[in-house]
Amino acid sequence: MNERIKRLRAQSFNARPAISIERALLETEFYEQHTGKHSLPVLRALSFKHICEHKTIYIGEDELIVGERGPYPKAVPTFPELTCHSVEDLKVLKSRKMTPYDISDEDIQLYQEKVIPYWTGRSMRERIFSHVPANWKAAYEAGLFTEFMEQRAPGHTALDGSIYGMGLIDFKARISDRIQRLDYANDPLAADRFEQLQAMDISCDATILFARRHAKLAEKMALESSEQKRKTELQEIARICCHIPEHAPRTFHEAIQMYWFVHLGIITELNGWDAMTPGHIDHHLAPFYARELEAGSLTREQAKELMSCLWIKVNNQTAPPKVGVTAKESGTYNDFTQINLGGLYADGSDASSEVSHIALEISDELNLLQPQTSVHISSQTSRDFLKAATRVIRNGKGYPSVFNSDMVIAEQLRVGKSITDAREGGTSGCIETGAFGKEAYILTGYLNVPKILEVTLHNGVDPLTGKQVGLQTGKATDFTDYTMLYLAFEKQLEHVINLKIAVNNYIERMFAKYSPAPFLSVVIQDCIENGKDYYDGGPRYNTNYIQCCGLGTVTDSLSAIKTHVFEGKLPMAQLLQALSNNFENSEALRLKLANKTPFYGNDDDRADDIMKSVYESLFTSIDGKANTKGSVYHLNMLSTTCHVYFGKMLGATPNGRRAFLPESDGTSPSHGADLKGPTAVMKSLSKMDQSLSGGTLLNQRFLPSVLKTDQDLDKLCGLIRGYFKLGGHHVQFNVVDTATLRKAQQDPASYRNLLVRVAGYSDYFVDLDRDHQEEIIARTEQATT
Amino acid sequence: MSNTTGTLFALKRYAIHDGPSIRTTVFLKGCALACWWCHNPEGIGKDIQLVSSPQRCIACGECIENCTQHALHQSNGDIQRDQDLCTICSECVETCPALVHEATGWETDVNNVMTELLKDKTFFDEDQGGVTFSGGEPLSQPDFLLELLTACGTHGIHRTVDSSGYAARETVQRINSETDLWLLDLKHMDSGQHKKHTGVGNELILGNIQLLSDQDAFMRIRIPLIPGFNAFPNVLDTMARFISTLKNVPAVDILPYHDTAKSKYEKLGLVHTPVPSKRAVLNPTKAIEIFNNYGIPAESGG
Repeated sequence: MNERIKRLRAQSFNARPAISIERALLETEFYEQHTGKHSLPVLRALSFKHICEHKTIYIGEDELIVGERGPYPKAVPTFPELTCHSVEDLKVLKSRKMTPYDISDEDIQLYQEKVIPYWTGRSMRERIFSHVPANWKAAYEAGLFTEFMEQRAPGHTALDGSIYGMGLIDFKARISDRIQRLDYANDPLAADRFEQLQAMDISCDATILFARRHAKLAEKMALESSEQKRKTELQEIARICCHIPEHAPRTFHEAIQMYWFVHLGIITELNGWDAMTPGHIDHHLAPFYARELEAGSLTREQAKELMSCLWIKVNNQTAPPKVGVTAKESGTYNDFTQINLGGLYADGSDASSEVSHIALEISDELNLLQPQTSVHISSQTSRDFLKAATRVIRNGKGYPSVFNSDMVIAEQLRVGKSITDAREGGTSGCIETGAFGKEAYILTGYLNVPKILEVTLHNGVDPLTGKQVGLQTGKATDFTDYTMLYLAFEKQLEHVINLKIAVNNYIERMFAKYSPAPFLSVVIQDCIENGKDYYDGGPRYNTNYIQCCGLGTVTDSLSAIKTHVFEGKLPMAQLLQALSNNFENSEALRLKLANKTPFYGNDDDRADDIMKSVYESLFTSIDGKANTKGSVYHLNMLSTTCHVYFGKMLGATPNGRRAFLPESDGTSPSHGADLKGPTAVMKSLSKMDQSLSGGTLLNQRFLPSVLKTDQDLDKLCGLIRGYFKLGGHHVQFNVVDTATLRKAQQDPASYRNLLVRVAGYSDYFVDLDRDHQEEIIARTEQATT
Repeated sequence: MSNTTGTLFALKRYAIHDGPSIRTTVFLKGCALACWWCHNPEGIGKDIQLVSSPQRCIACGECIENCTQHALHQSNGDIQRDQDLCTICSECVETCPALVHEATGWETDVNNVMTELLKDKTFFDEDQGGVTFSGGEPLSQPDFLLELLTACGTHGIHRTVDSSGYAARETVQRINSETDLWLLDLKHMDSGQHKKHTGVGNELILGNIQLLSDQDAFMRIRIPLIPGFNAFPNVLDTMARFISTLKNVPAVDILPYHDTAKSKYEKLGLVHTPVPSKRAVLNPTKAIEIFNNYGIPAESGG
């Protein structure tokens, strides 16, 4: 890390997240004056342009890559058109202990006067909630599922390589050509397409304008700068910001700045989930790197410096503040930008390059919250690339996470994507599979699978509230065998999923109609050709995911009931009684359930077969159901941090888990249930056909002492490759011992740098609330003799 | 495969310190030695015992109720077992919800062990992973061991035998025909010292090391570095000299000593003899130097 990067890193690390109301004011002012004058897509594009024209432009000292979403680093705008924070919300965000956001009292006052009045009754969130049926609301409030799109726009956006070969002027030409070809006589949607295409065109102009304003500021700063070196740098920045994003980048530096303006455009237009990611940035930068290195116009050090600047820029973009249920789902500043390294080129060859290695070095040295890096390992990936990744893993930041390219490709082929699109795809957010630059793959919300079992055991009633929240599928005490129970569970599952999908599809149409994203639609393939928005089925592929949580908890609970009630002597009534008392005065029973039941994660077919049947039931209930874009839903097996929230909504469970404790995370075993080491865990996970999913998530915690020597790393590589051979999608490691985590709880100030893997992302341990901290400590520590 | 039986006291998957790459280690019960520093005292005795961890007990009384021999009773809040009455029926192990009672081993057959071993075959196939037979002393159950080794061989699984070397020459020869790598312990060159601290002299062991070396067996020598016993430069020097005279000079692993097995001894009702000295005169780095001086490759751990 050179001196410049050290300074920029320190500034980024130390900056306090704050709420900027600038965007909200501009947006409100624009809507007040222009609503009703234009079609919705054009209105959105013009409003985006209005922001690009008027928002504060920031160029920091030392910066080589420029541009911020807010007026300065870590100042994050709000999106009142989606969800309008109340005065109370802002005060909570300002004062809450964990992950607070600074905001001045004057700004809260301004928000109250200028922003809130206009959006009251108009925000997407209010409009959605005024339409949802009562049974959906009851299930939602019981914690049977969450709804992703109530506070943020549908997201999951990763780019392919298009923007490195085309400037926005080239995209504009495509748009214009498409407008020329509109067939008003035969295409009933031609007029709609025209509005959409026009909006896309405006949004390109907006982004070019935004870049030009940076050029202007850089020129001005260059004139004012007394230092020759900085003056030259600023002149270069000005030159670059005039050339891109209008024209295609020609140099390594231009390519990174090109990406960064597109990134900013997309996260300024809307606050889609999982921010935005360059996808396989090493693939895209490698040709520029090779060319310039050869020509002598770039050194490895310079390339690393420029990439480090991009990393820091990503870190500056704190996640937009959430409130209520959504805040519990994911209490983090992390906005989930995931950079994919390695993997395969479209032609199937190994894509790990020197740029991939540089990116790994940067992630290791910068030790920042964002971006997340992941390495993509196929059977062809060179050994030294995986080994280099394990060297970073050993340092215990929780990244890079490790993905199986071959499986990520298989998942995509299964749902009908072309082989080249699948290879250019990858993972974003936590572990979600998608075709980068060609797909809207929308997470719709988490499903609390153990809660569905709980409700089944109570004939559709939530035992925590006494409310009927599901179907009446029969009294548990009347079930005479395991099959009867399981069929009731399946029925309940189908009901809950249908409930979720119905509302989801409604929300989706709301976004398609009232909140299109024209700029995003420019850079995602086929939106222009289809003349349709990203949210309206414009992209080549359109997937909806439902994320299923608590696979370990539900499997172990079913296994416990099967073992002790139907195959043992425990009366169902006694079990239900103990659960409702949270095992008060029945510790012997609790221990029996916890210690004498075959649990998932031990390569034990008695439990793993149950896991397989749950997975198949989830698949059957979700996969192939229609979304509103002519495509379908698929299942996804991740929990992010939602297993903690879902656990709080769940009473004691038959696997001996006490009420309100977290559920199992992702597809990992329940906490402490896996006793046979990591290979057994991986064997258990491999028994589900992971290619049927859009991703699974496996957390493993290792003691630092297990990864000391070079040979230890070889063994870790062997473990990873073994799991991938068995069909695993993903694995990530926390390399930290319990003592260190306990010390960090006692003395957070000394451990501000301690990054740990939470879900599909890392976070600073001291920024996590107590529940999440305890949850990470509870994950089985893989020591070994 | 066959249903020849044997007794194990542990089987560990993802064992990464018992030979190359990822392994499953099978611990065979029974050992003729009784080293003062033994980490696995439950592996010494041939017979299976039932033992208890009273600190886990929640006093639910289920085991006492279910014990047909009335061998269990509560005293001072702790669960006590009368080993004379206990017939090792394992009813208490089955019924206790809190995992207080456990057996120090189990009898099994080659088929069952192979089922477990094959579970991680995918992982073994990365590099040179495989199975390590350890103990106790694996050579104390030679027929069972040989069948397991042969069965692993037919599945193409790499086989390591981790042994004290204390066995009849013929046994070693027989086992060697189905072994890919030996990890052999060497503790002391002076037979008297050896006998005092391990219960047996070292003649058989040295002879077997010689034998395996002469037969070109792949072998590593493991030396536990025990303070007050062999952690002296002159003692290690004699070992190094011996090793350097072998036909094929094997590499050496220096195993640092950790005093971690005390509670295991207590649970087994065994006397834990402390090692002669708490202070290590020699650290592993110094020890490695001694072997390197004789041209013997050596490293710490293993």
